[in-house]
Amino acid sequence: MITYRQLFLKTFKISAVTFGGGYTIVPVMRDVFVNKDALIQDEEMLNLIAIAQSAPGPIAVNTSILIGYKLKGIKGALITTFATVLPPLIIISIISFFYVQFQNNPIIQAALLGMRGSISAIMGYAVFNMGKNTLQKQPVFSAALMIIIFLLGYFTPLPTIALIVASGITGLIYFGWIKERLL
Amino acid sequence: MIYLELFWTFIQIGAFSFGGGYAVLPMIQKYVVQQQQWITLGELADITSISQMTPGPIAINAATFVGVKVAGVGGGIIATIGCVLPSFILLIFLAYYFFKHSNLNFIQNILKGLRPAIVSLIALAAISLTMTAFWANPQANLLSFDNINHSGVVSAAISLILLIKFRLDTIGVIAIGAIIGIILTFI
Repeated sequence: MITYRQLFLKTFKISAVTFGGGYTIVPVMRDVFVNKDALIQDEEMLNLIAIAQSAPGPIAVNTSILIGYKLKGIKGALITTFATVLPPLIIISIISFFYVQFQNNPIIQAALLGMRGSISAIMGYAVFNMGKNTLQKQPVFSAALMIIIFLLGYFTPLPTIALIVASGITGLIYFGWIKERLL
Repeated sequence: MIYLELFWTFIQIGAFSFGGGYAVLPMIQKYVVQQQQWITLGELADITSISQMTPGPIAINAATFVGVKVAGVGGGIIATIGCVLPSFILLIFLAYYFFKHSNLNFIQNILKGLRPAIVSLIALAAISLTMTAFWANPQANLLSFDNINHSGVVSAAISLILLIKFRLDTIGVIAIGAIIGIILTFI
């Protein structure tokens, strides 16, 4: 068994030293809670990660919510959530205060301009890979939906939330009903 | 009430940013940059870069950054709580339901519809961020030589090569982008 204090410290430590968000932090969590401490079985952990991905929000936070809930109920979930958001909350608060002074420094301005170029390359490459992965399953459905949402998002003032809700409902109707009964 | 506005804005962002990582960017662009105008598109690009070099998900980092900028540390805390609250509540329900029935079929079907849509929404956000990276004023003449951010274009091209050919990780790519920016500005 694990105490609340240990749960907090473990999660805090993982969150504080893991850079780059969901895809790096989830394997680390798995390593700590499954391999090192044997608190959760591997198969259960995979289920938790699957559930974490079916809710909105960052996967790192979602996974830690579920690990806390699995080990110590709702109180555990509150503790792991708090421990996961605390390191970025502290670090970004500090950076925010310096950002205003940063912005007026010509060297930092120049660096940020170059970094913006890098981030657009990183995002473009990520979109390409995500698109490729998504198109591997149900290519026709996925490609059609991708194009429709892109055009609607680009040319109409429809709210993003409406596009998300509509595509979720489309998936539910298409895979849950049309594909089962009609195709 | 600025705290309430922050809280409500980030509840919406937290509730509808499916897919993790960059999926939050189109939501922040819509609600924080366009509607509330709490930060500029350029600042969103900066916080995205900073996020890659500090621990924590982009969503939490952006919530803290915007909250602190608008209403101090209290604002940062409130925006962050707003951002995680919807998924916290939903996940407790999902976990409770799953441990009882171990069946999440209808959620899987919703996700099959969401995934392609999210790729397109992130692509749209990436286009906006690229506009601010490549042009000093994206609304002005895009072909004018003076309007082009040369360091942004050059570092994007080099970054793309580093990512695809040399499989460099994102922290390394951004660090090199920073160096390119400094060199091109001061020579």
